[in-house]
Amino acid sequence: MANMAQAIRMALHYAEEHLGVTDIFGEDVGAPLGGVFTCTQGLKTTWNSPLDERGIIGAAMGIAMAGGRPVAEIQFCDYVYNTIDLLKLAGNTCWSTFGDWNLPMVVRTPVGSGIRGSIYHSHSFDATMTHIAGWKVVMPSTPLDAYGLLITACQEKNPVMFLEPKALLRVKGEERIPGEPDDDRALSKLIDAPLGDRSQWKPQWPAGLEAYAVPFGKGKIVREGTQLTVVSYGRTLPLCAKAAETLAADGISAEVIDLRSLWPYDWELIKASVQKTGRVLFVNEDTEVTNFGEHLVRRTVEELFYSLLAPPRLLAGKFLPGIGLADALEMASVPQLGDITTAIRSLAGEQP
Amino acid sequence: MSRPRLIKESSEASAPLERELLVRIHDLMVKTRVLEERLIQMYKQGHGYFWIGGPGEEAFNVSLGLLMKKGQGPDFDYLHAHYRQSGTLLALGEEPIGSLRQMKNTATDPYSGGRNFAGHYSARKYNVAPVSSPIEVQYAIAPGTAMVQKRHGGDGITIVTGGDAGTAEGDFASCLVWSSRPVNPLPILIIVTNNKWGISTAAEGQHGEQRISDRGKAFGIRSKTINGNDVVEAYTELREAMAYVRTERKPFLLEANVSRLYGHSSASGANYASNEVDCLTDFEAKLEKDGVLTREQMDALRNNYTEEMAAAARLVRDEPQPDPESIWKHIYAEDK
Repeated sequence: MANMAQAIRMALHYAEEHLGVTDIFGEDVGAPLGGVFTCTQGLKTTWNSPLDERGIIGAAMGIAMAGGRPVAEIQFCDYVYNTIDLLKLAGNTCWSTFGDWNLPMVVRTPVGSGIRGSIYHSHSFDATMTHIAGWKVVMPSTPLDAYGLLITACQEKNPVMFLEPKALLRVKGEERIPGEPDDDRALSKLIDAPLGDRSQWKPQWPAGLEAYAVPFGKGKIVREGTQLTVVSYGRTLPLCAKAAETLAADGISAEVIDLRSLWPYDWELIKASVQKTGRVLFVNEDTEVTNFGEHLVRRTVEELFYSLLAPPRLLAGKFLPGIGLADALEMASVPQLGDITTAIRSLAGEQP
Repeated sequence: MSRPRLIKESSEASAPLERELLVRIHDLMVKTRVLEERLIQMYKQGHGYFWIGGPGEEAFNVSLGLLMKKGQGPDFDYLHAHYRQSGTLLALGEEPIGSLRQMKNTATDPYSGGRNFAGHYSARKYNVAPVSSPIEVQYAIAPGTAMVQKRHGGDGITIVTGGDAGTAEGDFASCLVWSSRPVNPLPILIIVTNNKWGISTAAEGQHGEQRISDRGKAFGIRSKTINGNDVVEAYTELREAMAYVRTERKPFLLEANVSRLYGHSSASGANYASNEVDCLTDFEAKLEKDGVLTREQMDALRNNYTEEMAAAARLVRDEPQPDPESIWKHIYAEDK
């Protein structure tokens, strides 16, 4: 099965062939590199931008204004912060002009820890991004969802922030993307650029790719359970699923929801699950103060208070200025499998 | 073979403008000035929370609007404007009452539905990108429309305008960089209207280059500084710069020295600055001297516009404010 980077590449290929995507660009996005995570190798509308994030977001806005359909990349979300007011502007353009202008643009950026990326390659961006209204914000945890969410993003009329959990970009999926070959090695031969000289290389895209779309605002239950609900997305989602699987042996039945779409988000799915289990743990790795999970906790308290058997919990990144390079520092800064297992076990057993 | 044509146009640049054109420019300049003075009056009478605009830039801004290739889509000119360009919008054909409605933040405000400040235009029908309060962001956005136009073909260009103080922002440098990359030079007219102020800070406290247009030289961008207060110079230099961008499909940096006749905004009082050159007064003296228009004709024109604007303001005063529920409209393109 394809990994997430390959899934993104195939979705972008489909989008530039069939969905009107005109410009896939950013720092080192074009040939020969095709992106520092290889997500844009071999695509026909790629180009390399100057090393200028404000220029990248600005150009995407301008391209969208003039009828193009850009997919811009910020190489690491750690470098998106100097564009915040442009993100705000992109988010308010339709509203400020009372619907006169809208910006069909996608921004992709790798987020989160997991590659020992030190202080400027480990940031998360979901907490900050969900503060900026007028955008749709998504974050897949599997290659198939990455493909499907990106197909939807490339059909949107509004700005979409597509957050790529960098720790999962190289992880192979368990579900087949419609059209991808059965054999991973065959896929790699078709679409992975060779090492060394690539000047003569051209990808051979799988013929059967299709507009498999995951709608925005729809989460999914990745594991059913009855005693408590775990809601996560991105890097921590597979860890939550793993923890739930391990704890099942101890008789703890945890339901795990992959939110996939942060704005809009699937409140109905969360609500139905929490009303069933009475306990909920929200997990993500952005810093915990004014974290998106805090919003979900607040809403749970306000709307589901009388369904709760225990306080809703949030497990998130420590509120630190950065994530340190050393293995022990990174592990101590953002939720790991052990932290999640402990949190689920603790919540499952919590009594008044 | 575009060079010889440009040299020819260059010689035309110094040729006098047709009488009919001078009268049209004058008409629009008066209309713009009266509009701005009405907006200031509305602010002072409590019919609006804030005024910002461009009295003192009429000679340049009206000329720009008249010279734009007006329409929607990449075949036509895009304008990434700033908040001093009512003259350009009126020259494009906008009715002044829309500006009054935005000033009074009525539900009928055609540019923002009562959401944005005066002078913050948006007119997709004319490719006028939304004006926003943060200075200079438009310089980062403009290369995007120019890139689409370059690829699209045709002779549509992108025009971006901003003030001199804002050129300190990195977005101005972004614009120079993105417009002049050897792999993809862009058809973009980069304009700086230099009024020598950034709110209360004089140019000497803002930047040290002799001319802002000199910054184009490092990028190989053809550049020029002009007197934006002179109608003939503004019109002919804009025409020449636009012809260059239109035919060569390359950037041009044009710095226009202009005046700021009523200060930065209502926050600084919005009172007439008698120590600045008034492009309208100068132009009227020239028109009278050259026998193009008489003093009586020009006074009558101003009186007509004054009455027209007063009547429009009375109309706007009674128009409804936005419905509170309207805050939920247009967050996304699908929220009609």
